Amino acid sequence: MKAIIECRNAAASYDGKKVIGSLSFTLNEGELLCILGENGSGKSTLIKCLLGIKPLDSGKIIMGEGLKPSDIGYLPQYTNLQNGFPATVSEVVISGCLGRRGLRPFYSATEKKIAQQAMERLGIADLAKKSCRELSGGQQQKMFLARAMCAAKKLLLLDEPLNGLDPAAQEDMYKLITELNQKDGMTVIMVSHDVVRSVDCANRILCLCSSDHCFFGTPEEYLSSHISKKFSGGSK
Amino acid sequence: MNENIRLMFTPEFFAAILLPALIGGIAITICSSLLGVTLVLKRYSMIGDGLSHIGYGALSVAAVMNLAPLKVALPVVIIAAFILLRLSESSRINGDAAIALFSTTALAVGILVSSKAGLTNDVSHYMFGSILAMSKSDVILSVVLSVIVILAFIFLYNRIFSVTFDENFARATGVNAGIYNMVFAVLTAVTVVLGMMMMGALLISSLIVIPTLTAMRVCHSFKGVVLTSGAVSVASFLMGMMISLLFNTAPGASIVIVNVVFFMLFSLLGSLMKRRGIS
Repeated sequence: MKAIIECRNAAASYDGKKVIGSLSFTLNEGELLCILGENGSGKSTLIKCLLGIKPLDSGKIIMGEGLKPSDIGYLPQYTNLQNGFPATVSEVVISGCLGRRGLRPFYSATEKKIAQQAMERLGIADLAKKSCRELSGGQQQKMFLARAMCAAKKLLLLDEPLNGLDPAAQEDMYKLITELNQKDGMTVIMVSHDVVRSVDCANRILCLCSSDHCFFGTPEEYLSSHISKKFSGGSK
Repeated sequence: MNENIRLMFTPEFFAAILLPALIGGIAITICSSLLGVTLVLKRYSMIGDGLSHIGYGALSVAAVMNLAPLKVALPVVIIAAFILLRLSESSRINGDAAIALFSTTALAVGILVSSKAGLTNDVSHYMFGSILAMSKSDVILSVVLSVIVILAFIFLYNRIFSVTFDENFARATGVNAGIYNMVFAVLTAVTVVLGMMMMGALLISSLIVIPTLTAMRVCHSFKGVVLTSGAVSVASFLMGMMISLLFNTAPGASIVIVNVVFFMLFSLLGSLMKRRGIS
């Protein structure tokens, strides 16, 4: 097992408020990590720190050998599509290939193919020429996942990928994410609110309970810990 | 009116006054419309307006102190652009209000200084623009600027799209969004100062905002909006100039009115397309 990302005594704050006290965990290649925690517990902040777009207060995040920022795909938390931003689905999806391009200015046939395949896989290929402002919430989320897939070679960071989706679309999304993890061997880090589902599909659970208390371990360990009882309302 | 037409076709007038105005004007309208696409979509529309007022203040002070106007206004407006951009990005300060505060202060200083020094005539050029009085160096600077902006939009197109559409994602994929914002601030500042001499401080922000809004009525893709806003902007400029020469109206105002007419036509077209289900 090779470590893909390692967090050592990481501390971070949001808007000046300390949300993560001292967090340490190691994630191996090919694992699926679900991050749980209440609103404001620092889940999105942690994702941004892992992406390197937000600095840590202290501690370290160590990328596994050979993992570059351009190998990581990112799905932001419910991207509030600005009122009527003019862009077609294919323009948005292919923008995920930007990291691969380095400094070369134009997309080549290879990138166009990657974008096309991502859209086909998510079943949105027929929407390619549509304006993204006409999409439903589920279609938008799929578009953003397709963009993340274009960017991801090794690691996918998904910040609440199920937000704003109806139950059927959520089901679809779970299937896709587990498939990407199991079939394509993609390492996935995903923020979620759904304890039951997360325990079901993840190999690792990280629960940010409070700024100085958190849990990291397998779903089984999580279920037998007292934290889960508090978090899932004692139902499990 | 006939007198004007006759005058327009004398080779001297054409070469000495009209041609530089046309070249400089086309260059500036291309810059303002392209930069406008990102500014409007990133919700920085007000920055152009704020910068023009700050530029007005700087130019007035320069005129009173007998300094070269551009040499004072350009650095001041570039610095102001950085500050305004910072203010808009910061979530803690109300960016809109901050811009209003800055720009009205600068405007008031400009008016105060110039009225006290009795330079109202000179300075009113900057308020309302004087496209037919563009100097050779202004025209050259405008053309150089437009070449830079056009090249940036060709070679950095994909990055500009990404930074405009979703800055966080762009940062995550390794695009240095901060540098792009800075480059945009500088280019916008230069465009605003040059455009101000042509259109006036009061109207320059319309050149930045209206073409993008017009293009967005009809186009669904980013590429479409960029190309259409550039084309609409140049067309409005040429038609506005023509109207101003034929009917002896103020050039800046005529250009803005043509822009607004285009906006209304495109809005109509857009709603027709939607009704027919073409969109």
